[in-house]
Amino acid sequence: MSGLLANWADWLPQLWKGLLVSLQLTGAALAAGLPLGLALALLSAARAPWLKWPAIALVEVGRGAPALVVLQMVYYGLPSAGISVSAFVSGATALALTTGAYTSEILRAGINAVPKGEVEAGHALGMTPGDVLRFVVIPQGVIFAVPALMGFAILIFQATALTFTIAIPELLARAYRIGAATYLYFDVLVLAGLVYLAITIPFGWLVNRAARRLGSHLG
Amino acid sequence: MTETFLALLKGVPVALAVTGLSFLIGAVLGIPLVLMRRARSVLPRLAARIYIDVMRGIPPVVWLFIIFFGLGSGIVTLSPFQAAVLGMGLISAAYLAEIYRGGFLTLPAGQNAAAVALGLTRLDTLRYVLAPQVLRVSVPPMATFLVSLLKDTTVASTIGVRDVMMLVTQQAQAAGGGFAPFIAAAVLYILLSIPVAALARAMDARMRRRITA
Repeated sequence: MSGLLANWADWLPQLWKGLLVSLQLTGAALAAGLPLGLALALLSAARAPWLKWPAIALVEVGRGAPALVVLQMVYYGLPSAGISVSAFVSGATALALTTGAYTSEILRAGINAVPKGEVEAGHALGMTPGDVLRFVVIPQGVIFAVPALMGFAILIFQATALTFTIAIPELLARAYRIGAATYLYFDVLVLAGLVYLAITIPFGWLVNRAARRLGSHLG
Repeated sequence: MTETFLALLKGVPVALAVTGLSFLIGAVLGIPLVLMRRARSVLPRLAARIYIDVMRGIPPVVWLFIIFFGLGSGIVTLSPFQAAVLGMGLISAAYLAEIYRGGFLTLPAGQNAAAVALGLTRLDTLRYVLAPQVLRVSVPPMATFLVSLLKDTTVASTIGVRDVMMLVTQQAQAAGGGFAPFIAAAVLYILLSIPVAALARAMDARMRRRITA
């Protein structure tokens, strides 16, 4: 037991570095994916068919295709299209695409929850449709979606473990490397699992709190 | 493209087997788990809660690594397929227990009281009154979960299960990159999820008819 704890203490700095990479990937995916999700949510509600259908198709394919397929597609596909980027950029791009597809549905639900009367009131006040969207619909719709978006952030953080397959030195990759070097796979992978839990469980509590607070605000 | 698509089809039975078996394990293990989660005493409730949070809080690919490489290095040696089914099954149990729990929450409180008043034992109440209703409301979210499980089982390829995902990576490496194999795989997974969703809708409709008739 003391041997295990000593090993864990030895490995933790390495895994910490990996965790930072995982968190950076999560941040990049959300920073690029959330605006994409909002754009897709608005476009899929557009009247013009040439705006609406491509957006819907992108969302359906993005949600229907496994995240691992999207990840490998970007990683192997971009170089053959003449675009050479680092594995980190490939990984962040792929996770951002997945984020965009999933969050567009979450944001669409939030936007739909904005009462129609408010939109009509905006029009009656002489606001342009763009202003109604910008000052009335989007701010409220996004707030309604916050708890679900936070829940999704946990999922995308977990999905960063998939980037192990494209050689990004994130948490799982580093744990696996230590396992290969020491042959103590079980000990180090369990430690990696605990590090994931140290992020996902407290963040899950925050999500619940946000949902409750928003619920009481609405009620 | 057609050729790639046909090559990928060889991985379909494996992908479906991993998905189906792990769903089955999850659906069965989810039952004792939800009963513990709803138990009166603290200990089983806490144990179930911890199990559910731990299974869902660690990424599936990490679980498969713990089972395949971790347990595999001297404790229990499983084949990649067995490890994938076991891992995804244990994770599914946590998700399905929560789905069942959501089903219990939709039942009116009066049902339990009525069953007690009729002199039904707790087991009979569960078996004849609560469980059939819970199952009915759980079918749509279970189907949604099954579709996402089909996609999540692609991680089985990372421990060497020869599913669609592994074949597509091999194809891509052989072809020196390119989008085509992955587009074929994406289309294949979307096609596979359509019948699952349709089946779920049909089952849901049938159960509704049987209950209302």
